[in-house]
Amino acid sequence: MSKITFPFGPQHPVLPEAIQLSLTCEDEKVVEVLPVIGYMHRGIEKAAERNPYVNNVFLCERICGICSFIHALSYCQLMEELMQVEVPPRARYLRVVWSELSRMHSHLLWLGLLADSFGFESLFMQCWRARETVLDALEMTTGQRVVQSSCVIGGVRRDINADQARQLREMLAGVKAQIDAVLPVFQKDYTIKARTVGKGVLPKDQAWKLGAVGPTLRASGWAWDCRSLGYAAYGELGFEPVVENDGDSYARTMVRARELVQSYELVLRALDALPEGPLAAKIKGVPPKGEAIMRTEQPRGELFEYARGNGTPRLERLKIRTPTFANIPALLAMLPGCEIADVPVIVLSIDPCIACLER
Amino acid sequence: MPWMMPNILRNLFGTPATRKYPFESHQYWAGSRGRLQIDLAKCVFCGICEKICPSRAITKYGHKDDPNVTIHYNPFACIYCARCAEKCPSCAIYILEGHAVPADRKITYGREDVPFSEEEIP
Ligand code: SF4
Ligand code: SF4
Repeated sequence: MSKITFPFGPQHPVLPEAIQLSLTCEDEKVVEVLPVIGYMHRGIEKAAERNPYVNNVFLCERICGICSFIHALSYCQLMEELMQVEVPPRARYLRVVWSELSRMHSHLLWLGLLADSFGFESLFMQCWRARETVLDALEMTTGQRVVQSSCVIGGVRRDINADQARQLREMLAGVKAQIDAVLPVFQKDYTIKARTVGKGVLPKDQAWKLGAVGPTLRASGWAWDCRSLGYAAYGELGFEPVVENDGDSYARTMVRARELVQSYELVLRALDALPEGPLAAKIKGVPPKGEAIMRTEQPRGELFEYARGNGTPRLERLKIRTPTFANIPALLAMLPGCEIADVPVIVLSIDPCIACLER
Repeated sequence: MPWMMPNILRNLFGTPATRKYPFESHQYWAGSRGRLQIDLAKCVFCGICEKICPSRAITKYGHKDDPNVTIHYNPFACIYCARCAEKCPSCAIYILEGHAVPADRKITYGREDVPFSEEEIP
């Protein structure tokens, strides 16, 4: 049978952002995939070298609109590592609260997009309705819905007072009720299972070899989550990674569905254990000569950052390896052999964030 | 689909999840960061805001003792991080609560007796 090559993207109804996959097909079967990236490159790493190091928090926050808090957190932790700053306990717990709220809204967004990718519009809206309350909770506690600007080097800028904590709990109880209403649909619905079970399988050994990260890796049976490293206050909150074993799109959906509930519990636990004390440590001087690395867990997987300081207010180098970048080789291994109709669902199943990928 | 039924019934007989925009606008929370304002009567033209603004949205022209010193604020570049408001020694900059409406002009502020100019978008 003759082969035909055609582009999937950069504009496609299921892709919120621009990436192209060049698909080579035999009849309805995909045999080869080539990614074409670079549509959204903004040169953030280069820009970071020209900014004073303090201002890079706001720059890094803008790498991605969905996991903006965790991008800022990673950069702040990286600088704290480089400059040997001790973060006050209250700030570490507040960072967990906002990280997990970000994860909740990211996973709810993704679950909605997945439902949308196979035309389940009402489920999409149910997920996004729940997400709206999480965004409101972020606005109430940080002052802004999407790009919170609440993390700074040395700590945080905003506090959650007792009244806000009570309101946050009430809001999250509402979100939990809505999550409980939609998750059984993802778990049991016949249509969703037909579109995801056995689709885009990533075997356990291949997931490791290709360097997959985050829910994509955990759905293939690896208990690998950077939150287990215990950064911020995760070490004190008793965190266990969520793992599934099948490696298909359904397993990846289930990992995110269970992480959603786990994030909800982590926020409540962090609020319960919120210690008293200052919000931020004082920062003196500039990053010294030297290097540091930082690994944090984003909704999409492990974020890796490297910085080299040279004793001036500007960094010599900032390298940001985002989770979607690490998941692209895994995606290319999942696609060959699948039907064309399954391509959108499989592409979505790694939760691609192209703005992160290209920075 | 029995597990969808409670949700379907709730949606059928419950109140709508959406607001009747524009008759009903989004309720903002106390402390949300909206538009930025500069109160010139308080400004001492120290230039701290210019130095710390991460997106270079504020520029000071002239020395602080110069009678023609001006502060130029470009809301198109501003990311509403509120760092300037936090660090201003005389509390001349403040952020209004609410949601920032889209900006439509760049603003230059001068000393009280120098009228400020607003640069409209063509
Ligand atoms: S920091 Fe405040 S007082 Fe100083 S120039 Fe800016 S607005 Fe004026
Ligand atoms: S709010 Fe932030 S970006 Fe806007 S002028 Fe102030 S410091 Fe600059």
